[in-house]
Amino acid sequence: MSAFDRRQFLQLASVGGAVYMSGLQGFARAADAKPATDDFYFVQLSDSHWGFEGAPNPDAHGTLPKAVASVNALEQAPDFVIFTGDLTHTTDDPRERRKRMTEFRNIVAELKVRTVRFIPGEHDASLDNGKAFKEFFGATTYTFDHKGVHFIVLDNVSDPGAQLGDPQLAWLQDDLKQQAPDARIVVFAHRPLFDLYPQWDWATRDGAKAVELLMPYRNVTVFYGHIHQEHHHMTGHIAHHSAKSLIFPLPVAGSQPKRTPIPWDPAEPYRGLGFREVEAEPAKAEYRITELPVQRA
Amino acid sequence: MPIDIDNGRTGRRAFVGAVGGLVLGSVAGWTLAGPQPRVIEVVAKKFEFVPGEIQVRRGEPVTLQFTAPEVPMGFNLADFNLRADIVPGKVTTMQLTADKTGTFTFLCDVFCGTGHEDMSGTLVVT
Repeated sequence: MSAFDRRQFLQLASVGGAVYMSGLQGFARAADAKPATDDFYFVQLSDSHWGFEGAPNPDAHGTLPKAVASVNALEQAPDFVIFTGDLTHTTDDPRERRKRMTEFRNIVAELKVRTVRFIPGEHDASLDNGKAFKEFFGATTYTFDHKGVHFIVLDNVSDPGAQLGDPQLAWLQDDLKQQAPDARIVVFAHRPLFDLYPQWDWATRDGAKAVELLMPYRNVTVFYGHIHQEHHHMTGHIAHHSAKSLIFPLPVAGSQPKRTPIPWDPAEPYRGLGFREVEAEPAKAEYRITELPVQRA
Repeated sequence: MPIDIDNGRTGRRAFVGAVGGLVLGSVAGWTLAGPQPRVIEVVAKKFEFVPGEIQVRRGEPVTLQFTAPEVPMGFNLADFNLRADIVPGKVTTMQLTADKTGTFTFLCDVFCGTGHEDMSGTLVVT
């Protein structure tokens, strides 16, 4: 369903009854099963790499603010926004890292959304095991529940070897024990939990263990970042969706010898960059993804 | 295909000792086993592998001998399902007998600093 349809639906739902009009039968059935107000949407942004300088993005200082402005311009505010890692570009200098996190936090503070959540990427967390990230953005693993969906945030970057680690896997297992087999579960992580392309380090060393723990649950969807492009993959019945970046796009896995950024195209600035809306229909355990550009034309 | 990974001096000594025992214990065994694997030293430093290109022949047993003079590094050769941690102050050895020809990328899979994502090399098997 297009973003327009979603907004139209929400507008109609807000006046009551109109959800049953022609063309929205699918929603009408969902509304029969659960109140329409259970549907919601969130926005995923990823890989802004604040602090990056280089030819792949001549507007490195402007891209994130433009994306924030685009989110603020959405007709309805999302229920929440989540940044799925690599908020900042890595630096060996701990003071510079905190400076970049301060600047990033100040920019995203402009978001007109009540709830903004963060998870780290390896650029934020791998050189200090997440210390600076926690100072600025809080825990690197957590759960929350929202309108019938159980969200789980995993950290596969604070270990520089890109592992979840046994303690976190045990924590995940304990959390999942509290969930019904048909629970609506959404997982956020930075790196893919499956071996997308280990030749380019697009994997989590023990990600298969997390997928194995999730596998008994019938309604699981994973949203992640790291690979700077949209990608969709199934491990059994579990869907994995990666998001675009807000700094530079990367090539399709294995399409060229090196994992180097796709060059900036002056004729089409910001091409390959963007963010997404995810419209959740908990009653149907469905998530409709709409990709949006950094700036609307 | 790769057969073993040893981490640290203890492992290396054990490996060398085992080979030494084979040589001293049986000349016939040595003949049957053939020469020791060729040792290829690889230094993992910020932010490159030296050498950046490793050349072997298909079916040739080699021992990759890694050191990292600065910070912890990783070596990941995904096409052969091989990886190892490389810790400063220790020698890490990896046995490799490539069973396919081609050019294969290896990379550092332990985030080591600003140049980490450019730290890769190639294994050329002829």
